[in-house]
Amino acid sequence: MKIVFSTEGESLESLLDTRFGRCSRFLLWDFETKTFTLIENSQNLQAIQGAGIQSAQNVINTGAEALVTGHCGPKAFKVLQAAGIPIYVAESLPIRELIDSFEKGTLLQLKEADVEGHW
Amino acid sequence: MKIAIASGKGGTGKTSLAVALLHANAERARLLDCDVEEPNCHLFLSHTVIGHKAVELLIPQVNPNLCKLCGKCVEACQFNAIAIAGNQVMIFNELCHSCGGCARICPHGAIQEFPVKIGELSQSRCKNEAELLTGTLEIGHASAPAVIKAAKKALPLQDVPFTLIDSPPGTACTFVAAVEDSDFVFLVTEATPFGLNDLKLAVEALLNMELPFAIIVNRIQSETNLITDYANQQGFPIWLQIPEDRHIAETYARGGNLLDVKPELKKVLRELLDRCQP
Repeated sequence: MKIVFSTEGESLESLLDTRFGRCSRFLLWDFETKTFTLIENSQNLQAIQGAGIQSAQNVINTGAEALVTGHCGPKAFKVLQAAGIPIYVAESLPIRELIDSFEKGTLLQLKEADVEGHW
Repeated sequence: MKIAIASGKGGTGKTSLAVALLHANAERARLLDCDVEEPNCHLFLSHTVIGHKAVELLIPQVNPNLCKLCGKCVEACQFNAIAIAGNQVMIFNELCHSCGGCARICPHGAIQEFPVKIGELSQSRCKNEAELLTGTLEIGHASAPAVIKAAKKALPLQDVPFTLIDSPPGTACTFVAAVEDSDFVFLVTEATPFGLNDLKLAVEALLNMELPFAIIVNRIQSETNLITDYANQQGFPIWLQIPEDRHIAETYARGGNLLDVKPELKKVLRELLDRCQP
């Protein structure tokens, strides 16, 4: 199983970026191989509009089965929901810690968007 | 010729000036209310509505039977309005700018465009015989520039030498849509720090667009003020200063216009249009 985290950094010690649509990149963690890959999202950092939608598309394209981020707006939520990808929210903590929390099942799953668009 | 009445700051007197200009030049001008998010020229003009016309934009729809989920439309959309999730194409209409790119790029002919009404034009004849054309954006839609452009393209009731355009405030895309292609722009402002700040933004935009303009200062308390200082320093022309006068405000609040209070301005307002001609 693979899950994806929004982040500004490039390692497991990097902090979670609590912004979803305009995060710099995604870290894709593979539970089987215990390795990660980085996926650029800077193209959406500068988007004039629709950053959340295209970041959600980016997440879908990674093949991840879950997303961990800080907040999620209505359009991104709709796209991820249609793709069947659950969204978990957390504070800006090191990704290594959040992988543990995910495995222990202590992360909160969003049932609906928790911020307005353009948050 | 097209003359836009614009301002950076809202509430400086664009509509007051536009309506007064129409009254003073009734036999040779028409007025387009292009402040489509809140058109209000009609409140100050006795008029009869002659006709309405819908303003429509084309919005794409996907035929799921033809769509192969190839994602070409997602890549093509410069407005980030399309995503593929699960086994469906999701289009966010509110982000769509009706460019038609997705429909053209689709290799399977799965995207068709359908018209959606986003606003309305209403054409009126005023009691003074001049034409008033009002553009109104429908509530819930964001494409104000499309309604502004439609208003500017509408055929006139009769050919007159001057088309006056009451522009939306600010310097965003609505302002650009209203003033572009104009032959001349009147920038209305007030002698306050806020008025000066937003005047500078509007001037910067017009210089970029290479549009000729003159400044009109409204509600002045002194012949020399921070707008005249700025204009003199920069070498920009001020063509009219209108004094602060409670009587003007009271008349405006009752639906009257500047000329009701200051009929002597009629000559000046006629000369203003003459001066715009190269």
